[in-house]
Amino acid sequence: MPELAGLVSLLIDGRVVNVPAGITVAAALARAGALAIRRSRTGEPRGALCGMGICHECRAEIDGVLHQRTCQVPCGDGMRIQTDA
Amino acid sequence: MRDHLPNSTAATPATNACHRQTCAVLIVGGGPAGIAAAVTASAAGLATVLIDEGLAPGGQIWRGSTVTSPGTAGYWLRALTASSVTVLSRGRVVAHPEPGTVMCETPDGPLVITYRRAVLCPGARELFLPFPGWTLPGVSGAGGLQALMKGGLPVADKRVVIAGTGPLLLAVARSLGQAGARIELLADQAPAAQVRRFALSLWRHPGKALQALTLAPQALRLQHDTWVLRAEGGQHLEQVVITRRGRQETIACDYLACGFGLIPNTELPALFGCRIDQGRVVVDDLLRSSRQDVLCAGEVIGIGGVDAALIEGRLAGHVAAEQITQAGALLRARAGIRAFAELIERGFALRPELKQLAAPDVLLCRCEDVTAGAVAACHSWREARLLTRCGMGTCQGRICGAAARFLHGWNSTTARPPLQPTSLDHLRLPQPDQSVLQETHP
Repeated sequence: MPELAGLVSLLIDGRVVNVPAGITVAAALARAGALAIRRSRTGEPRGALCGMGICHECRAEIDGVLHQRTCQVPCGDGMRIQTDA
Repeated sequence: MRDHLPNSTAATPATNACHRQTCAVLIVGGGPAGIAAAVTASAAGLATVLIDEGLAPGGQIWRGSTVTSPGTAGYWLRALTASSVTVLSRGRVVAHPEPGTVMCETPDGPLVITYRRAVLCPGARELFLPFPGWTLPGVSGAGGLQALMKGGLPVADKRVVIAGTGPLLLAVARSLGQAGARIELLADQAPAAQVRRFALSLWRHPGKALQALTLAPQALRLQHDTWVLRAEGGQHLEQVVITRRGRQETIACDYLACGFGLIPNTELPALFGCRIDQGRVVVDDLLRSSRQDVLCAGEVIGIGGVDAALIEGRLAGHVAAEQITQAGALLRARAGIRAFAELIERGFALRPELKQLAAPDVLLCRCEDVTAGAVAACHSWREARLLTRCGMGTCQGRICGAAARFLHGWNSTTARPPLQPTSLDHLRLPQPDQSVLQETHP
């Protein structure tokens, strides 16, 4: 676990969520109850698979940028995350 | 170690401002092999740049370790910090337009690096095999779940099934257990007799036998001849159906961590033009690839673990610096470690029954939602790509390509720029007047 320095506030799908600073966006989504992060081409729910930035299954929109691999991005205060984007 | 900073003299750089960097040795990958190579090359007086995708150097195995960590990780991270290596974290190579030049994506924008020699240490990833339900959220890699946990994924009181094959499962079980997870099952597909032969052969590698002892509590819980037949659930994983020595059982769980072993990340070396055979880069005794200016070290030349990676990183660093005597002194140690790696490979060979789990209606390509049945009539990876779009999605075949190699024996390494999805700014070579030059000196 990375060093935790207090909490940061995120906006996940328009909902305010407080998480420990330093955790990844994928972990923050799981804490917020979103194991399914996106829909596949045929509409299946999908979540993090490889945990190391290879499979791209955990991608979401972060601060307006599409297709960010949430397992590779640390949470920042005020970050806006849109799942199923 | 120097952290890369955008040139502060440049007035607010345009988003497409491209930086340039020149070095004698470019190391790609900041795991044990890359760190050892960088420290060694830099100690020999060469201007060395290390580019790594992670938030900080360490790779998958030393993720979250710092200079204050005990043991080998702390030792090498301190050596890197004390060195004059320029470290570019959260950076990745996206293209290799000509020998001696790479185009990279960094947090500060596009970066073009020119180098005299490159040492590629891209490491390995987990092998994922398709089975019914493997696309459900909650199903992840074994190392994958460990990495997610290190990133802050909560596992305390979660019910976890760990299944697949090999020693990594034991290490994952230990760290998940320490974090408070409830391990419902720890299963290895390998037959008991096969693993016993492996355990007995450990006497020839006393250091490894001692390491194995630290995992003894996990080893006692390990179920042999046991694997997952399918994962079930609606919007996420709810339970798995397993076969345990021929009998089926259902186990309710929150997470399924699957680890079927590791496979080399050959895409980057393929992009550099290195010859790949049997899913790994072909190198000579001095770790030189088929490309004269490119060396490779660590998992990418064959799964060997952290000990092999460190020796090979040092070896590659010496060879890059043309210190052949020092390099030669490491050859014997390397041979011993590689012999151990081959033992593991034989001890945990995958059983053919696992191929039958990829039934015709099971997805093979998760990016393009292509079923195993759709590609079954194809004769090659190329044909499968052209006819079904298998392997043509966002991950560029990194997941299904390896599965297809296991299922059909296809040679499935494909690498073309960009190596990862990226923005167009990263694929444009800058004109000299547009770029911000940054020379690296030792």
